[in-house]
Amino acid sequence: MVRPVPATTATTSPETANPIRWIRKNLFNTWYNSLLTVAAVAALAALAPRLARWAWHADWAVVSANMTLLLTGTYPRDQLWRLWAALLTVMSLFGLSAGAWRGNPRRWIGAAAVAAMLATTGPFQAPARGWLLGTCAGVAAGFMLGRGLTAWRRALWRRVLVALWVVSVPWIYLLLHGWAGSSWLPRVGPSAWGGLTLTLVLAIVGIVASFPLGILLALGRRSRLPAIRWVCTAYIECVRGVPLISILFMAQVLLPIFLPDYRIEHVVRAMVGITLFSAAYMAENVRGGLQGVPRGQIEAAHALGLNGIQTLALIVLPQALRAVLPAIVGQFISLLKDTSLVAVVGLLELLGIARSVLANPTWLGRQAEVYLFVAMVYFIFSFSMSSASRRLERALGLGER
Amino acid sequence: MAQRRVWLLVTVVVGTVLTLASTAALAQQSTLDVVRARGHLVCGVNNGLPGFGYLESDGSWSGFDIDYCRAVAAAVLGDPNAVEFVPLTAAERFIALQTGEIDVLIRNATWTLVRDTDLGLNFAPVTFFDGQGFMVPRDLGVTSLEDLAGASICVTSGTTTELNLADAFRARGLPFTPVVFEEIDTVYRAYEQGRCDAVTSDKSQLAGRRAIMADPEAHVILDETISKEPLAPVVRHGDDRWYDVVSWVVYATFFAEEKGITSQNVTTFQSPDPDVQRFLGQTGGLGAMLGLSNDWAIKVIQAVGNYAEIFDRNLGPLGLPRGLNRQWTDGGLLYAMPFR
Amino acid sequence: MAVQLSTGRRGALWRDARVLAVAGQIVFVLAIVLLAALAYANMMRGLERLGLRLQLGFLSLEAGFGISEGIAYNPGDSYGRAFVVGVVNTLRVSVAGIILATVVGLLVGIGRLSSNWLIRFLSTVYVETFRNTPLLLQLIFWYTGVILKLPPVRQSLSVADRVYLNQRGVFLPRPVPSETFALWAWTLVACVAAAAAVYAWRRRVALREDRPGFPFAAAAGVLVAGAAISWFALPSAPLEWQVPVLQGFNFRGGIQLSPEFAALLLGLVLYTGAFIAEVVRGGIQSIPKGQWEAAQSLGLRPGMTMYLVILPQALRIIIPPVTSQYLNLVKNSSLSTAIGFPDMFNIGVTIMNQTGQSLPVFGLIMATYLSFSLVTALIMNWYNRRFRLVER
Repeated sequence: MVRPVPATTATTSPETANPIRWIRKNLFNTWYNSLLTVAAVAALAALAPRLARWAWHADWAVVSANMTLLLTGTYPRDQLWRLWAALLTVMSLFGLSAGAWRGNPRRWIGAAAVAAMLATTGPFQAPARGWLLGTCAGVAAGFMLGRGLTAWRRALWRRVLVALWVVSVPWIYLLLHGWAGSSWLPRVGPSAWGGLTLTLVLAIVGIVASFPLGILLALGRRSRLPAIRWVCTAYIECVRGVPLISILFMAQVLLPIFLPDYRIEHVVRAMVGITLFSAAYMAENVRGGLQGVPRGQIEAAHALGLNGIQTLALIVLPQALRAVLPAIVGQFISLLKDTSLVAVVGLLELLGIARSVLANPTWLGRQAEVYLFVAMVYFIFSFSMSSASRRLERALGLGER
Repeated sequence: MAQRRVWLLVTVVVGTVLTLASTAALAQQSTLDVVRARGHLVCGVNNGLPGFGYLESDGSWSGFDIDYCRAVAAAVLGDPNAVEFVPLTAAERFIALQTGEIDVLIRNATWTLVRDTDLGLNFAPVTFFDGQGFMVPRDLGVTSLEDLAGASICVTSGTTTELNLADAFRARGLPFTPVVFEEIDTVYRAYEQGRCDAVTSDKSQLAGRRAIMADPEAHVILDETISKEPLAPVVRHGDDRWYDVVSWVVYATFFAEEKGITSQNVTTFQSPDPDVQRFLGQTGGLGAMLGLSNDWAIKVIQAVGNYAEIFDRNLGPLGLPRGLNRQWTDGGLLYAMPFR
Repeated sequence: MAVQLSTGRRGALWRDARVLAVAGQIVFVLAIVLLAALAYANMMRGLERLGLRLQLGFLSLEAGFGISEGIAYNPGDSYGRAFVVGVVNTLRVSVAGIILATVVGLLVGIGRLSSNWLIRFLSTVYVETFRNTPLLLQLIFWYTGVILKLPPVRQSLSVADRVYLNQRGVFLPRPVPSETFALWAWTLVACVAAAAAVYAWRRRVALREDRPGFPFAAAAGVLVAGAAISWFALPSAPLEWQVPVLQGFNFRGGIQLSPEFAALLLGLVLYTGAFIAEVVRGGIQSIPKGQWEAAQSLGLRPGMTMYLVILPQALRIIIPPVTSQYLNLVKNSSLSTAIGFPDMFNIGVTIMNQTGQSLPVFGLIMATYLSFSLVTALIMNWYNRRFRLVER
């Protein structure tokens, strides 16, 4: 595992506090570095005015006017509270978990406070502002509660938290989907989900659903029984050898042929495709973790009288999964970016909805603004997750063996 | 241990098999009953074609085809808003219909023999008579297809358009370079930015997209028409009751225009004409024969208006002429079958 | 990991590990077969409902649609030919993309470790930006936001009247052999032979005297010098540049890259380059500091340390992940369907739409991608193995 090593330069040492000396040391220390610096500055100088001119002419009305559309797609406007409630649930759970796993209080409470300030001052409408503030409060309160409860009974509370996370998945599904004939949660079919909501739903469903499948495939690939090993290996290698887009197309076109008696919704077919794809990669990640578990652990477990399943569930998998947690986060990030491909098969996730906004004559020629906004959203999610994963890696003490 | 794991795996696989096997063929029932039981209509539409099928900024749908979806929902369920719109690309639209993902496809689909027979589809009456044409920048000075020899031409993939284009140029012995895109929007953006010398599609689409270009006057649609494109709602083969419902909803909009019934006056419309009385459900019990309520036609007209209203609301702003899509009494091709 | 249970004492049949293993496999295989059979039966029913029959004969039917670029093809050719055009286009963009992405990745990867703060900063910004946004979005941006925004044909941007850039693509001069080319080519062959001899000699010297002999650098020097001297010694240049010229509606002559090809290549190279840069950086950083210190204490200069000590070790770590990046690039080229480049996947989907034969076409597409993966993996494994042998 490659660990980022902090750049070992003198940028922070006290003797370089002098700016001139700093510049000389970091920009002009050798003749080729001087050349590179000059070239880079020239290139930046050539680009800057164009960027400035563009920024001056940019019109962000296209993004603000379509914000609800970009975030929620065609989700019924009078039911938006359900999405907010889902967000509140997830963020509160994050707060609780951060508290329970000794997160940095300054970072979490501080972030919640900053977000709350932005929510108060930002251009939001009354319900949105209320929900945003509620979410910030949820994170902060969750953090404090999590800390308190952990101090009280750590092992029990952490187990309860894991259970809460597991329960949150069906709860959020129920919240989003509802059921037909209900007056409180009327049904909102997946074809009405869209925008960022759909992007996140697809990525989360993909990673959660591929998890058990991936573990089974990884175990199968390491099986001593050739028939099972071959089938699992063939599946993993075939899926990894073809592009996701072809699997998505296949799910769209072939799934209805293989299951002619069901009406499988467009979005669900995309989920199936993403899950089948993701499972192969998950299997390889898990396999890496399994290989890292020393034999002695298994022998010790047997010596203690644990049977095969117990050894697997209590000894091997926990260690293996802990080791590959950063890799799984990495897979989640690439999956999040990959969900943009469903726009090609006609779904209105973030990129798809951006394209349909651009098809609207009112917003003619505003591609740059819209695509930049979409890129920012993806960047924020994947960049923050990858830095979180790096911190996690350090916290778990991985990669230092 | 290995054995335990094997059995675990075996259990999972066998479980999957049994689940799949236990849910063998479900009884086939008419889409009409399915829609009623479900409480909403699932309609396959276009999401990038202004005037026909289109997603508005507030998340609602609008367009000529969209209105026909609402009309069907109004007739069957009495509520024009009980529709779930499924945006589909040209490539996947028929599969979505065949597999039952959607109840009806109203997405400017051309009626052809192959589709009617081999693909297992049934076409309701044509709602829009169209033909494939070409749009070129005005300053190119092109007036006929022959002038486009050697040109790059933008076209949507997976459509009859793509084949018609190749046929037309081959028949005339002209060389050309097709520039093919999946998304309608990309096609026109590429054309407008100068990637192609011309763009080809149904003339209604060309007119619709021309209207929303930065400078509509800078583009002309050539007079030449290289194909017939009758666009119609599509349902599955072998479901006659549902086919009848969709067909007569379309006829109802034609008929209302012919008789001067509009969304404004439909509730109060009085006429000694027995045809009209049957249409309005005052006599005859035609609704029951279709499996609908007797005031179904009133609900349709109330919801979306007659053909002229639908046309003017959606296609009027694009500057599309009625052309062939006039009533038969005005020399057009719209001809409602008798309501009797 | 699996532990063989001791079965010295023969117990009941259902407790015998070997019997259980065999039985388990049989049941597993049966279940898989049953699943496949069920899928097959369902599929036949599904196909029947769609009015389709499974067949491959359609590949020889007339395609009827046009393709914008690639090897010779016209709409009267068969579907099979159309698919081959797509395969060749995929290979074109993949090979060019792999070469350029390697260059970008190496440069930026080393730039991330540069002692120059500005270069380090710019490299980091580049890597993080391109790694953290979806490739599809980048492709759409390059195509609609950059390439199509170039000036029209008549106001092309030009570089020294040799290279032209406009919204119809990129036009480069094409080297055309002149009458002295044959002579030059033979000289070149002689140079290659000489370079090989020099390589072997320097290598022997290096091994015998136990000091760096720079066999590769020496051989390359001989080759370049020979080629250059013979180029200028000949009465006329062996290669002439055919410059693209504006004729009618478009440029003629030279090498023409369509806007779709250019955008796809640009997108793939910049995206994959960012990932390769991270791999290169990680590979170099993973070499323990002790190696640097040891090399320095032996009196090697920093450049030599990099060339003789660090890079050979880093390469071994770098090659496997870079291989998977190459494979990703090949697979990602399928996203061209969003910007209209007629690669294998795009043409495959068109064939599928026009014929309705989704299953066989998908089989064809998948098999081709799998064979690409297989061939690339084999080549890289071979290279990897060779590399290890040389180094150890």
